[in-house]
Amino acid sequence: MRFLLRRLGFFVLTLWAAMTINFLIPHMMPGSPAQVLKAKLNHSGRIASPEQLNALLASFGFDPHAGLFDQYVTYMKDMVTFNWGVSIGGSSLGASVTSMIRQALPWTLGLVGVATIMAFIIGTLIGIVAGWRRGGLLDGIVPPVFVVTSALPYFWVALLSIVLFANGAHALLPNDGNYDLGLHPQWSGQFIGSVLTHAILPAGTILITAIGGWILTMRNNTITTLAEDYVRMARAKGLPSRRIMFDYAARNALLPNLSGFAMSLGYVIGGTILVEYVFNYPGLGHMFYLATAGTDYPLLQALFMLVTVAVLVCVLLADFAIFLLDPRARAKG
Amino acid sequence: MSTLLVDSPDGTDVRPARRRMRGGLSRAILSNRKATAGLALLLLFCLLAAFPKLFVPWQQGDPRTVGQFQQLLHPSLTHWLGTTGLGQDVYAELIYSTRESLVIALVAGLGATAISVLIGVSAAYLGGVADDALSMLTGVFLVLPTFPLIIVLATYAGKGSLGVVIIVLIATGWAYGANQLRAQGLSLRNRDFLESARVRGERRSYIIVVEVLPTMTSLILANFLGAALYAVLTAAGLQFLGLGDPSSLSWGTMLYWAQNQGALVSGFPAWALAPGLAVALLGVSFALLNYAFDEISNPALRPVRRQRVKRADS
Repeated sequence: MRFLLRRLGFFVLTLWAAMTINFLIPHMMPGSPAQVLKAKLNHSGRIASPEQLNALLASFGFDPHAGLFDQYVTYMKDMVTFNWGVSIGGSSLGASVTSMIRQALPWTLGLVGVATIMAFIIGTLIGIVAGWRRGGLLDGIVPPVFVVTSALPYFWVALLSIVLFANGAHALLPNDGNYDLGLHPQWSGQFIGSVLTHAILPAGTILITAIGGWILTMRNNTITTLAEDYVRMARAKGLPSRRIMFDYAARNALLPNLSGFAMSLGYVIGGTILVEYVFNYPGLGHMFYLATAGTDYPLLQALFMLVTVAVLVCVLLADFAIFLLDPRARAKG
Repeated sequence: MSTLLVDSPDGTDVRPARRRMRGGLSRAILSNRKATAGLALLLLFCLLAAFPKLFVPWQQGDPRTVGQFQQLLHPSLTHWLGTTGLGQDVYAELIYSTRESLVIALVAGLGATAISVLIGVSAAYLGGVADDALSMLTGVFLVLPTFPLIIVLATYAGKGSLGVVIIVLIATGWAYGANQLRAQGLSLRNRDFLESARVRGERRSYIIVVEVLPTMTSLILANFLGAALYAVLTAAGLQFLGLGDPSSLSWGTMLYWAQNQGALVSGFPAWALAPGLAVALLGVSFALLNYAFDEISNPALRPVRRQRVKRADS
């Protein structure tokens, strides 16, 4: 129980720290959101007097007269109550941040979420087999190949896959957006097919770059676990090797990877910024890029908060899972 | 990326390192094929960074100069990777960009490692409240989503210069190593050789620097390689998105311009892919060395010789 309380305390503290950083960064850096907005509004040439400007700023949530602490309290209240303000980006000036995020979220969850989970499952299985057949054919190929793939930059794999599969007049696959422009979202075979073909290259990119890490750590964990006495004991009992492999070795080898997997699940919310950017995929990662390019501070702040909360919740859930699965963690706590 | 670096702290060699360091480390690297390949690649990049002129002797002046050649040429004997939309030679730019990319990797790697050592080892050695506070700090930085944080920081810092990029990389890259070093330090705390140093009445700083740190050499090196790998990939990603200095000479910036001028769409794959390949190769060299260090410091992971294949189920 103490273990769980400690983790819960850590969760709250980290959440508070992240939210405070998120609040402080724009206030410490040169070029405040208010100035950017002022410049943008002035540029559009519709603002005449300073009073009008201030009124408009206030409607965007910037009170020029409030103290830092008051702003902090308001910010915290707004973040918790999903009152995330309005965008000040170029093309989306004035749109509600909450509705923008709601639009992009399903695409990211579908694409990055599925790819991340697939990478974990496939990578773990290959890692178990490679570690189990130590020195075998698979184990001879796997480590060098995946050391290399895990060091490849996401965006480069994405660019390469475009060159290979989606370039020129005879492209095999689409490389832009989430479905064909002429279609409307509906439950028809044509639409679903279009969504799936648009997802192949980005999902493949994520799979290729993410899978190596899981394979290598799982292989190394399996090798370490195979040296344990309980595995020898299981062999001495004459258990079938499949059972030793999955129920004795793999189960224990998986534990150290759980919190890593939880973190990567949390990152899903942030989308894979570089991949979504290259493929122009309208998920949260692409929105992150747009927010940066258009210095859209409210959107950036909401997105960063969302990713942090997602990662923290997933890590907390992993802690609970480890507590349930690993008696050693319970004994320590 | 970071999952690569997972290393069981108890599996690491904790013998006093002085004996092994003399020749032992270099022999270990040379006898490990992955390490040799990684080291050879890294040395090649160091050579490119130090003497770019040797590899493009025909390049006059700054390769960034606009309009030196005809625009948008396909790869040929005179322009091995073609020319850009602004009439620069892609191959010359690529070679000259090695320096900045390598400097970012090494400086950010060193900086992050220094902070990891400082915080990780002090947390382990001081114990008590100091340990609690420092591990809490490490934990917070460990779970903060790094790439989004970097993007937020770089945006507010005004799409920054080289210095901003490096500082941001260090600030977000140290926590993983600090966590590992703390675990390693904790496992050392009650060893006899530290006890005897304490009995001899040595100062704390002496014990940490002379007795504790040398035993961690391989772990610190592995951390440096991991941090450098992270820095290479992240810096390139940042610059690719246009958050670096767009007039700098680096692979990420080349990618940014290639993407901006539609290199892929208009059929110039070499221009768009070559800088990314360079980033990938530098990353691979760090990753190979890092993985080899895992094998060197944890004998259980070393590859088994083919002749006596040992299957776990035989």
